[in-house]
Amino acid sequence: MITSIFRRPATASIVSLAMIVAFYVFFGGVDLGRMAGAASWLNFAANLGIVAVPVGFLMIAGEIDISFGAMIPAGSMATAIISGHYGLPIGYAMIAVLAMGLLMGLINGILTIRTTVPSLIVSLGTLVAMQGVILASSKVLTGKASVALTAPDWAKFAFGQLIGNGHQVIIIWWLVATFVFWFVLHMSPWGNWIFAMGGDKQSARNAGIPVNRLTIILFMLSATSAAFVGMCQAILFNSAQVSGGINIIFNVIVSVAVGGTLLTGGFGSVAGIFFGTITFAIVNQGIYFTQIDRNWSSLIIGIMLLLAVGMNESFRSLAFSAGGRKKKTKPS
Amino acid sequence: MSNQTPVIELRNVDKSFGPIDVLHEISLKVNAGEVLCLLGDNGAGKSTLIKTLAGVHSPTRGQILLDGKPMRFSRPKDAQEKGIATVHQFGGTFPLMTIGRSFFAGVEPTKGIWPFKVFDRSKANQIAVKAVQDFGITRIDDGDRLVGGLSGGERQSLAIARAVHFGARVLILDEPTAALGVKQAAHVLRIVNEAKRRGLAVIFITHQVMHAMAVGDHFAVLIRGAIAADFRKGEKSREEITDLMAGGETMSDLEAQIEGYMETHDGHPPQVASQSDA
Repeated sequence: MITSIFRRPATASIVSLAMIVAFYVFFGGVDLGRMAGAASWLNFAANLGIVAVPVGFLMIAGEIDISFGAMIPAGSMATAIISGHYGLPIGYAMIAVLAMGLLMGLINGILTIRTTVPSLIVSLGTLVAMQGVILASSKVLTGKASVALTAPDWAKFAFGQLIGNGHQVIIIWWLVATFVFWFVLHMSPWGNWIFAMGGDKQSARNAGIPVNRLTIILFMLSATSAAFVGMCQAILFNSAQVSGGINIIFNVIVSVAVGGTLLTGGFGSVAGIFFGTITFAIVNQGIYFTQIDRNWSSLIIGIMLLLAVGMNESFRSLAFSAGGRKKKTKPS
Repeated sequence: MSNQTPVIELRNVDKSFGPIDVLHEISLKVNAGEVLCLLGDNGAGKSTLIKTLAGVHSPTRGQILLDGKPMRFSRPKDAQEKGIATVHQFGGTFPLMTIGRSFFAGVEPTKGIWPFKVFDRSKANQIAVKAVQDFGITRIDDGDRLVGGLSGGERQSLAIARAVHFGARVLILDEPTAALGVKQAAHVLRIVNEAKRRGLAVIFITHQVMHAMAVGDHFAVLIRGAIAADFRKGEKSREEITDLMAGGETMSDLEAQIEGYMETHDGHPPQVASQSDA
């Protein structure tokens, strides 16, 4: 069990993580204890990580989804409009938000399997369309680009609470979701299907794997996860703003790629994406703990991305020649 | 042998795509424990024939009989369920998956109770490794190795072992040796012989006459969608088969032609482009 958590795809992201921390300690004078206890990067990682794993699933399955960039603000705006502007119970807002995620995923999935349009373009289209929907509907319905809401205590407790030193409760959701996702991808037969789909779609179909159905489910999972994150943000901040969500797209894709996921499909791991997300969060947020001017952070991210993906490539070719984790004996 | 019911038989199968006839009047039969070698140059209709057998296309006219009973496949899955397995040139396996996982893709063994049913990795690995080793590939001994780390021949063998394990009775091998070196190809041919020994009906598609002669009991040469020759082992020599595949034009004629050209052109061989429609 333990060994399969640390399967090869995660190795590079753990090494990147160690390198980044070492870099910040030696060149930025970071107090490791202070950074480890800080909420900033953990909050950042949690908000990213809940979306990054389902997006990673899609990538492993040979597809890509970027429409989550609009689903996060859509989830938070919908929560605020339904519960804040119209004053309906927050439960309705939650159901509506999750339904919206499922619907968005369904649309992405159906467009992907019914047409030959690559899913990058499909989700780019739905991303831009969703941005339009958010902007127009908030203008039409509320007349504002920012909507306030007051969530009841139970919703605050479950989704928008701050624990301890400013840690958002979403961190717990992130850890739970990561565990569930790990189980699905690495332990359940479903995970095998996802890998097979990304490895060779036609062979997967020939082997009796319901490729189309699974593609739709994976799109639904990623859109719904994004809507969930948006909902949590609205409840936490007591308000929602119209935003493009373009930055988050890059952040998620960098995390997934640093995590050892092969962009062309067939390879990756939940542990890898988990550590990739933490690495990205530490680069992004850890820079505030250093004496380094924070404007350099993008440069560091860029270099880290290239190094990590480079490492992933070489680890993968090692995996080919050496086989499993254990050393192989020479064939007799 | 002749009064035995063939496992698979084609009777006057035609296939056309719109106005274009790809296969005409194909009649073939393969008995259990027999290898039929389907020879033909590129474009002779081999792929269409395989796809028709595998249920990708359904024949425009004619019948496909399985154990003497007419069958009609509307999807590849129908053919698979009847035990017709196709193994493609690159094995149809997943290079980035482990041997055990790849072997059981789609039919994973599980343990535990729902919703905590987990993929039974050790069982999968054990069965997969045993299935391959039973075919004589003893070099594969660890189900956790990635398929991509295997040689081309081993990958083919894995795919064949997989098909047999899941109950294939008719094995269609689509140019399994085309991309392989001499040693690797020998490997695959041994596997083909083993499948034959186990009583499978094997349809072996190739354009390498040597490989065909090593395992074939029965040969059919396909030219422009029709069967140009149908003979049994030992009835024709290698040269005759090669000549047949080249479309009737004998290889020695072709050689003489090239030599003649070279003599009159300062030893330069003829331009390839002018050869293509010959």
